[in-house]
Amino acid sequence: MQDVKTTFKPKIVAFCCNWCSYAGADLAGTNRLSYPADVKIIRVPCSCRVNPMFILRAFQRGADGVILCGCHPGDCHYTSGNYYARRRMTLLFSMLDYLGIEKERTRVEWVSAAEGAKFAETMNSFVETVRSLGENKRLEDLRCKK
Amino acid sequence: MQKIMIAKAKELLQSGAVDRVLGWKTGEFAYDITPAVFETIEELEQSFVYDDFCGANLSKYLIKASRLDGKTLVFLKPCDTYSFNQLIKEHRILRDNVYVVGVPCEGKTDGETLKQHGIKGILGIGSQGDDFIIDTLYGEKTVKRADVLPERCQNCKSKQHVVYDELLGEDGQVLDSHRFDMVEKIEAMTPDERFDFWRGELSRCIRCNACRNVCPACSCEKCVFDNDASGIAQKAAADSFEENMFHIIRAFHVAGRCTDCGECSRVCPQNIPLHLLNRKFIKDINELYGDFQAGADTESRAPLTNYQESDVEPSIVYHKGGNR
Repeated sequence: MQDVKTTFKPKIVAFCCNWCSYAGADLAGTNRLSYPADVKIIRVPCSCRVNPMFILRAFQRGADGVILCGCHPGDCHYTSGNYYARRRMTLLFSMLDYLGIEKERTRVEWVSAAEGAKFAETMNSFVETVRSLGENKRLEDLRCKK
Repeated sequence: MQKIMIAKAKELLQSGAVDRVLGWKTGEFAYDITPAVFETIEELEQSFVYDDFCGANLSKYLIKASRLDGKTLVFLKPCDTYSFNQLIKEHRILRDNVYVVGVPCEGKTDGETLKQHGIKGILGIGSQGDDFIIDTLYGEKTVKRADVLPERCQNCKSKQHVVYDELLGEDGQVLDSHRFDMVEKIEAMTPDERFDFWRGELSRCIRCNACRNVCPACSCEKCVFDNDASGIAQKAAADSFEENMFHIIRAFHVAGRCTDCGECSRVCPQNIPLHLLNRKFIKDINELYGDFQAGADTESRAPLTNYQESDVEPSIVYHKGGNR
């Protein structure tokens, strides 16, 4: 077993849409599937509620990785929200990459309410990726580190 | 051209067709030219100017001017007409209150660049073929146009006016420019090089907000950056995070609406190539969602307020760009 003190515990923020991914996370819980406790879920009405600034804000406040989960394209509760989110996030991630910020720190994943297993699996792999990247140094705000 | 423009402005002012003229006037020196409003013939004769220093894009001033009583005459260069069109599309300008006169443009230079080329004591500028003829205290100097044009003019996207009521001079063509070359160059760097490049550029930012204030696409009445509670309203408490954030947010807010007029880079007192951020978005949009030129028309939907079911997944970012 690894030493608790030396293992890096990344802070992960997961934006989950109310109708699919949040229910998916719930299902993962009721099915007793385990995923790292480093993931902090923020429930949003729809994936398109997530303003790109939310993601930057999360990084500012010390997140090491941010993942956005929503309904599968075509399944949005509001018909088209996730299509807009998809375009926005693609452009934002591309811009972060352009500025030299590790693109693996951000991810979009479509998780339906029936995909508890996929939710757990996604979070496990995402946390593992971010852990291997280490602390978020390029987008940190020292004023928020207390 | 300046004489023709003054004559045109006088004619329209005298006939009462317009109540004011939006143009440029000289400041203390020949090269510090500022946008100005002219309401009388005397003012026009005294200080109206149009020469190769008139880089300022006048379209943003029309947001306020078009809400005044009476009509406003405005002179727009080809790239300014794109911004004008975009503002009409966003219902920011009342089109009926504006009389647009298109004027030709062969690229605008500025005093700083000329000084870097050893030209001092500038009194005036003219052009002849591929050269600028600069009148200075020390006699006439000639300099190659291509050497002193800013990047935005060297890679001019269009010499065609997309909207006008009247055109002075000849209309040009949409050009096949190389404006994405530099973006491609940055994309080809490794992530570490890119980070160092941008940290080097953006860390010079003094948060003067000039880029925001001049941008024709940035026309919100209440700006997100003016919120004191956000903690990013000024430079005083800034750290490296903020330098990145401010510019990502600024660029994202105009993504899909930026016409690539290049004003942000022109006004930056620290010479940060800000247009390269906007161009990255434009390039991505062109590549992923089909060619789109903001301001080319007033009907099409902006790429970020539109979607296709067949759009690419965000994971495409993992597969392209950089050598990670």
